[in-house]
Amino acid sequence: MSKAILEIKNLSAGVEGKQILKGVNLTVSAGEVHAVMGPNGSGKSTLAAVLAGRDGYDVTGGEVIYNGHDLLDLDPEERAREGLFLAFQYPVEIPGVNSTYFLKAALNEIRKAKGESELDAMEFLTLVKERMKLLELSDDLLKRSVNEGFSGGEKKRAEIFQMAVLEPKLAILDETDSGLDIDALKIVSSGVNKLKRADNAQLVITHYQRLLNYIVPDFVHVLVDGKIVRTGGKELALELEAKGYDWLLKN
Amino acid sequence: MPTATETIESLVKQEYKYGFVTDVEADSAPPGLNEDIIRLISTKKHEPEFMLEWRLKAYRHWLTMQEPTWPHVHYPAIDYQNAVYYSAPRKKGDGPKSLDEVDPKLLETYEKLGIPLKERERLAGVAVDAVFDSVSVGTTFKKQLAEKGIIFCSFSEAVLEHPELVKKYLGMVVPYTDNFFAALNSAVFSDGSFCFIPKGVRCPMELSTYFRINAANTGQFERTLIVAEEGASVSYLEGCTAPMRDEHQLHAAVVELIALDDASIKYSTVQNWYPGDENGKGGIYNFVTKRGLCKGKNSRISWTQVETGSAITWKYPSCILLGDNSVGEFYSVAVVNNYQQADTGTKMVHIGKNTRSTIVSKGISAGKGQNSYRGLVKIQKSAAHARNFSQCDSMLIGSKCGAHTFPYIEVKNTTASVEHEASTSKIGEDQIFYCNQRGLSTQNAVNMIVNGFCKEVFKELPMEFAVEAQKLLGVSLEGSVG
Repeated sequence: MSKAILEIKNLSAGVEGKQILKGVNLTVSAGEVHAVMGPNGSGKSTLAAVLAGRDGYDVTGGEVIYNGHDLLDLDPEERAREGLFLAFQYPVEIPGVNSTYFLKAALNEIRKAKGESELDAMEFLTLVKERMKLLELSDDLLKRSVNEGFSGGEKKRAEIFQMAVLEPKLAILDETDSGLDIDALKIVSSGVNKLKRADNAQLVITHYQRLLNYIVPDFVHVLVDGKIVRTGGKELALELEAKGYDWLLKN
Repeated sequence: MPTATETIESLVKQEYKYGFVTDVEADSAPPGLNEDIIRLISTKKHEPEFMLEWRLKAYRHWLTMQEPTWPHVHYPAIDYQNAVYYSAPRKKGDGPKSLDEVDPKLLETYEKLGIPLKERERLAGVAVDAVFDSVSVGTTFKKQLAEKGIIFCSFSEAVLEHPELVKKYLGMVVPYTDNFFAALNSAVFSDGSFCFIPKGVRCPMELSTYFRINAANTGQFERTLIVAEEGASVSYLEGCTAPMRDEHQLHAAVVELIALDDASIKYSTVQNWYPGDENGKGGIYNFVTKRGLCKGKNSRISWTQVETGSAITWKYPSCILLGDNSVGEFYSVAVVNNYQQADTGTKMVHIGKNTRSTIVSKGISAGKGQNSYRGLVKIQKSAAHARNFSQCDSMLIGSKCGAHTFPYIEVKNTTASVEHEASTSKIGEDQIFYCNQRGLSTQNAVNMIVNGFCKEVFKELPMEFAVEAQKLLGVSLEGSVG
């Protein structure tokens, strides 16, 4: 039995009084890749937001244990420092803030929290150069402001690049495939696959099966109307692709 | 100055750290303003007759003027008869002849402010004139500067030792009739700095004046005059702080810059007067007239300001581009938080041919602060092929603050080109959350975003000041995001 990184127990949450998650149960262990699929409005992005600690979501029931302690008790930055990473569906632009500077500050916050020494500029650049190869990223992007003027594909690649540098324990990829053409999808997926290790885990949220051709999950969960209605292996994704979500809704 | 290794985080947790009071015996005039007070000031300073006459003319003119009401700021009426117009730390005997004779308490004050006046301890490359309440308490590196023919001294000293220069240039750019506060300053100004860079000399170090208001109920009225002769150049820094007091205090300064042919003057300010508390109690009223005259051809005047303090700021560092091919620049960051109000900007008046001006203004509003940019670009008929580029960006933090822009453009020559760009943005919760999700605290995220927003202006500041300015911004915006 491998060690559980994330245990979601009967989690209910909503926005402005509207209930969206209605008792989600999900356990992710080290070394595993989980996919959460579901139709629009099923609560996939809400799940990602609640796990990352975004403001405006009310948890109305259940609990989330991360690394053996209560995740929901932590501020978003504390969660991040403990190795929880969210690759955003819509990464925001931060004009005037240099990408490299931003990422160095983020990495050093995480290292500080782990009790490790901060990296200086030279050490950081060495790390960056090494990780850049994973994603075939041009270093031009790193000289620009965070996400500013990036194309949709560049933004997603930059997210995975940040993930490569920050080396999270649990990476949540929120619809990372949306807005990617097939070439970019391959690059992003291969980057994610290379980052997979025995001591970390990935939670891949997606609407479409096509991402799962490249990032092969150990488990597929289907979220419908705020509940996980079916869990299976990677073949479940293919079945969904063939039959559509309606097939599960009818059952 | 604190070292660059001090992090913003440690500083943002601080309140206004310059709010202490120095306990020195003061030699003060009674409150109120009349011709006798002006005579008293002039006598205290052993001024020649021409100065007293100039002051009295200014005072009589001031009496005919009305306080301006057009700025976008609100404050209760100021009782000019209630303020003290002269306060000086009491001197023993004839007053200090050198820094060694300066009251140790004063030296200590500047140490505390991070401005050591003892030259050997001073960072190399910056000469400092320190103004405490109404008088200059000491100027460093005078001798080294004098070897190059540079005069850098207190205004009082200049009046006594270089009356011909003062007579020639005083009021050339800001006449005492200019505006209400400039007239008041002309009547009662007590000290300030005087810099004269002779023909062909590049000033080898940064010159700096550090203004400190200490006494209660005292107005501070200083006057700075900088003259760069043909081919001369100088970079000048101004810093200011005041104790925390419940009453508002008035600061009405005048700065005049004059650049002759091929001369250049760079004037940088980090203004950190006490801004009042979080409920808007106390703070400095900062009503300042700053203007530069590009008198000669190919001359250049550049203003860079970082305005973080003061309850109210009313200030428009301007350039009169008289000489052909002269260049005027204005780079500004103005921050308001809590109940602070700022109405600031610039005027670029193009008179000479091929004159160029650049305006980059960054306004940041947080809390219940109100920030206005007010700028005039005026191209006169004679200014063939004049060019201006203006960029005014506003950033809002929270939903109770305001940003306002009042650009005025007058073009009387058809060969001129004038560009104006403006933008308003809000630090979004999305941006903060994104930073949080990468492990950065909210305060750190705000500092990073704000510093990014101000980058274009910070890069114009001398290195040491740029570090200071970034930290200041962090302190000023502390607690602005919940």
